[in-house]
Amino acid sequence: MSDEVEIPSVEEVSGTGVAIRGNDIDTDQIIPARFMKVVTFDGLGQFAFFDQRFESATPEESRDGDGDAVVADEQKDHPMNDPEHKDASVMVVNANFGCGSSREHAPQALMRWGIDALIGESFAEIFAGNCLALGIPTVTADEETIAELQEWVEENPDGELEIDVADETVTYDGKTVDVTVDEAQRKALVEGVWDTTALMKANADAIEETAESLPYVEDGKRV
Amino acid sequence: MSEGTLYDKVWDRHKVTTLPTGQDQLFVGLHLIHEVTSPQAFGMLRERDLEVAYPDLTHATVDHIVPTSSKDRPYADDAAEEMMAELEENVREAGIDFSHPETGDQGIVHVIGPEQGLTQPGTTIVCGDSHTSTHGAFGALAFGIGTSQIRDVLATGTVAMEKQKVRRIEINGELPEGVEAKDVILEIIRRLGTEGGVGYVYEYAGDVVENMDMEGRMSICNMSIEGGARAGYVNPDETTYEWLEGRDAVPEGEAFEERKEYWESIRSDEDAEYDDVVTIDASELEPVVTWGTTPGQGVGVTEPIPDPEDLPEDKQDTARRAQEHMGVEPGETMEGYPIDVAFLGSCTNARLPDLRRAATIVEGREVDPDVRAMVVPGSQRVKAAAEAEGLDEIFKEAGFEWRGAGCSMCLGMNEDQLEGDEASASSSNRNFVGRQGSKDGRTVLMNPRMVAAAAIEGEVTDVREIKEVSPQ
Ligand code: SF4
Repeated sequence: MSDEVEIPSVEEVSGTGVAIRGNDIDTDQIIPARFMKVVTFDGLGQFAFFDQRFESATPEESRDGDGDAVVADEQKDHPMNDPEHKDASVMVVNANFGCGSSREHAPQALMRWGIDALIGESFAEIFAGNCLALGIPTVTADEETIAELQEWVEENPDGELEIDVADETVTYDGKTVDVTVDEAQRKALVEGVWDTTALMKANADAIEETAESLPYVEDGKRV
Repeated sequence: MSEGTLYDKVWDRHKVTTLPTGQDQLFVGLHLIHEVTSPQAFGMLRERDLEVAYPDLTHATVDHIVPTSSKDRPYADDAAEEMMAELEENVREAGIDFSHPETGDQGIVHVIGPEQGLTQPGTTIVCGDSHTSTHGAFGALAFGIGTSQIRDVLATGTVAMEKQKVRRIEINGELPEGVEAKDVILEIIRRLGTEGGVGYVYEYAGDVVENMDMEGRMSICNMSIEGGARAGYVNPDETTYEWLEGRDAVPEGEAFEERKEYWESIRSDEDAEYDDVVTIDASELEPVVTWGTTPGQGVGVTEPIPDPEDLPEDKQDTARRAQEHMGVEPGETMEGYPIDVAFLGSCTNARLPDLRRAATIVEGREVDPDVRAMVVPGSQRVKAAAEAEGLDEIFKEAGFEWRGAGCSMCLGMNEDQLEGDEASASSSNRNFVGRQGSKDGRTVLMNPRMVAAAAIEGEVTDVREIKEVSPQ
């Protein structure tokens, strides 16, 4: 009774962009540790880059009674607070983005804020792996290409970017530039094998066979 | 690549298939869950409308956030209460066994698994916690996993993994007086480095490990992760089987004998091939204490703290920063380093024999008046067993706090935390900056008897100098 699975292949991502400047942006900045004492990833989007976006510091101060982020007039000057960028789905970053703690909360927060893809000079390995598990491409390009992209995104908040994962290109402003997608990541995204849950669930028969071949499992129970 | 090792055999028995990503899909025989890393995974399951595939092979406990002063509900900390309530809800919905504090079976996940006989040789065990390696002491393949993998295991009963290399670490000879399992693993990490195990699984062997009790083997396997290894294990033997017989989840009678055959069959072959072999002469060892802020920065208690200049270049900078943080000088020994807090607890060293050994040092003595000393048993069962023997009285009379079971000051996620730049003598496994709750706090890792000695003397003390009271 092998389930038919369809893992969406991620060949292309398009949308407007938002530039987050700076090297070595760690996962503590992307999602401060105090927001991790939570039970779901739901709603994490509002805490993405919280300390860069809002004035308040402690969790009590930074959440209202319903656990939502306090916004209103406490906002700092940050591209993600700019209404022109609120629908952005492509984040353009610099080098070693996502370093530090391996928390999966970081890509979860970005995804839940609305990000579907990242373009940067380089990404921390675990962060990129965590992104892949969510079907989020992390494509790379040289410093110059990124600088031009960031500038363009800042000047054109409505401008569409198109990332072609299979072809390793980004198209914007009527031109197409080359980018790099890690080989394993490209394969996983394009062939639609990035979602291990779906991928493995499809092997239900083989799973059961393996389970029953073990001396300590019977009918899915420990014996 | 290794061949004929326990790792190879158990891997092959549990391999479902090779995935298009190149990883192997492994069946998971036991999935342990706790309150910190599982709720998001249950959330992801709900989002996708999936159910827990093997609730009967899953077991839950609560350990990181539980207060160890009182188990009254609701917990004083709202976030802790919310996490606990969420876990209760998730396990109820999925029909998962839960070692709830009300059952008397609650404790640190890596203590209760073995204690209840859930941890068995030749099984695969995963948990969203890096110290899952502890369970390898029984000859299980046990790995810590991340949140997406927890979701995978909940939804499919399997996990995607790459096979690693196997390094055999043989500790030969006999351990000298006063040296125990904790010192062995601190020594291994110090020699091979905290990244020495990257890409490897460790097989611990040799006379010392063969003659060691299960609790000692657990202490060693527990810290495999601090040595960079993905997992660690010991081949099961009569010591393992005797320890397991009669425990809750272990088959009885004839079934037990049958199961033993399976356990014997997955032992590494005499002529197994390893990717690497390291030998250590036990007679060279002495009690090890850490002088820095990584578990690899250890030194024999009578040895001088190294000069950063004498270390490999890539280690010098961290060593300098660590020495500054700890306030220690190269050339000095750690003996005499003043201690403010003594913490006897954690999944490394909070089992009954650990507490018994520490009690032999504490009995009839008093904790230094400037030291805050606490015992946090690894589980409610350990606590009850210790109380039945009167260990609690020994500790309390000496001036230790006798607390409830949990992770406690190992990571300071509940109310048990270091304050300011307090220095702690700790039987736990991580001395990272900020680990015990204060960013200026200082942690010195050591074995449980050494913690007891430090509590009494108010400073790091060579336990071999202290006369033990023979246990009644
Ligand atoms: S006792 Fe410490 S190391 Fe062990 S599971 Fe708890 S927090 Fe982790």
